[in-house]
Amino acid sequence: MGANTAPVTDASFDADVLKSDKPVLVDFWAEWCGPCRAVAPILEEIAAENSAKLTIVKLNVDENPRTSASYGITSIPTMGVFKGGELVKQIVGARPKAALLKDLADFLV
Amino acid sequence: MSSTDDVRDVIIIGSGPAGYTAAVYAARASLRPLVFEGSVTAGGALMNTTDVENFPGFPEGIMGPDLMDHLRQQAERFGAELVADDIVEVDLTGDVKVVTDGSGGVHRARSVIIATGSKYREIGLPNEKRLSGHGVSWCATCDGFFFRDQDIAVVGGGDSALEEATFLTKFGKTVTLVHRRDALRASKIMQDRAFANDKIRFAWDAEVVDVLGGDRMTGLRVRSTRTGEESELGVTGLFVAIGHDPRSELFADQVDLDENGYVVVDHPSTRTNLAGVFACGDVVDHHYRQAVTAAGTGCAAALDAERYLADLAAAPVPALAH
Repeated sequence: MGANTAPVTDASFDADVLKSDKPVLVDFWAEWCGPCRAVAPILEEIAAENSAKLTIVKLNVDENPRTSASYGITSIPTMGVFKGGELVKQIVGARPKAALLKDLADFLV
Repeated sequence: MSSTDDVRDVIIIGSGPAGYTAAVYAARASLRPLVFEGSVTAGGALMNTTDVENFPGFPEGIMGPDLMDHLRQQAERFGAELVADDIVEVDLTGDVKVVTDGSGGVHRARSVIIATGSKYREIGLPNEKRLSGHGVSWCATCDGFFFRDQDIAVVGGGDSALEEATFLTKFGKTVTLVHRRDALRASKIMQDRAFANDKIRFAWDAEVVDVLGGDRMTGLRVRSTRTGEESELGVTGLFVAIGHDPRSELFADQVDLDENGYVVVDHPSTRTNLAGVFACGDVVDHHYRQAVTAAGTGCAAALDAERYLADLAAAPVPALAH
C-alpha cells in the first residue's frame, strides 16, 4: 500500500467506504494487473493532494472477491467513487493523471 | 523536466517494441533520445499478453511484459532517457519539433520518431460502451479472471480473437467465437488449437447487434449475416477482438495519414511527409502488426533519423524554418 492510500477488505467495506462521511474512491486492483500498477502512483499523488475532499482506498480483488462481484465489476483497474453509501461514479481502465482529475472534478471542489 | 532552451536530437513518442528498439539504436548512435513511454501505457500492446512464442530468439517463449522490460533496460543501458509520461500536443511542422507532455512540460528536438501504436477496435454499439467493465472487455489476459465458470463470447476471426478465446477457456465454462463469416483468417496453428479445444464453440456467419444487461451483461443479440435472422446468446461476457485502430489523433492534422488513419511513410524508409519526422510500428503497419516487424521498423526509424541529422549537420547552410 502507499502512504496515502489504505487497504480495505470485503469485511471492512461497509465501515470504511459505505459509512464514510467523505467521498471514497475505491481502487479495485490485483498484483497481476499491469495497468493497476501503472495507475497506483498517480492515485497516490491525487490522494496526497486532495486528502481533505476525497479518500482513496485500495481493494485487492484476489483477496476480496465479494465486493467487486456485488458491483458487477469485470475489469481492473476500476476506480469506483462512493458517496453516501452509493456507487456514484465508475472509471474503468487506467488513465493519465490529468484525465483522472477531470473525471473526479465534481468530488474535488 | 522541461527545458525549453535545449533542442535535442531526437524525441521518441511511444514505447512498445518499435519505440524501444528505436531508442536502442538512437542511443547507440549517441543521439541521446528522449522517450515518452506513456503514463499508463508504457510497454505497449505486449503488456497485455502472456506468452509470446513467435518473437525470434526465444525458443521457450517469453512473457510479453518481460520482453518489454528487457527492451527497456537495453535502451536505458545505452543512454536513452525514458519518461513515463504522455505527449498531449505536438507541432511537427517546423525544423524544430515541439512536443508538450502530460505535465505541461515543453520539449524540442530536430527530429521525432512516432511509435504510438494502435488501440483496440470497438464494435461501436452504445451498450458495448456502457457495459465496458461490466461484462464487456477487449483484453482476455486482463479481465478473464472475472468470468470463472461463465459462458463467454469472443467476437473476431483473426489470431487475436483465437488467442483471447483460447486463453479464456482457462476460466470460462464455454467460449463461443462469434464471427461474421464461415472461415477464420487466423494462422493455421491457432485455428488447429481452437478447433481441438472442447470448450470453444463457433457461431459462424454471425454479427453482434446488441449487448444486453442493466448493471451487468446478461446476453448478446446476434444477427445471421446470411439470413438476417436475429437470436440471443446467453453469455455473460463479451471479449471484442476485431482488430485495432492506429493511435494517430495527436498529429492527424500535421502528418499524412491513409484513409484508415495509419501514418503514411515512404517505404521502405520510415519517412513521413514532414522532414525530420519518422514513424514505425503499428501506427504505420496494419498488415503484419507483429512485435518483430515493429522492432524492425523502430530500428529503421532510428537509422533514418540518424541519417537525417547527419545531413542537417553537413548542409552548407543551416535549414531555417520558413
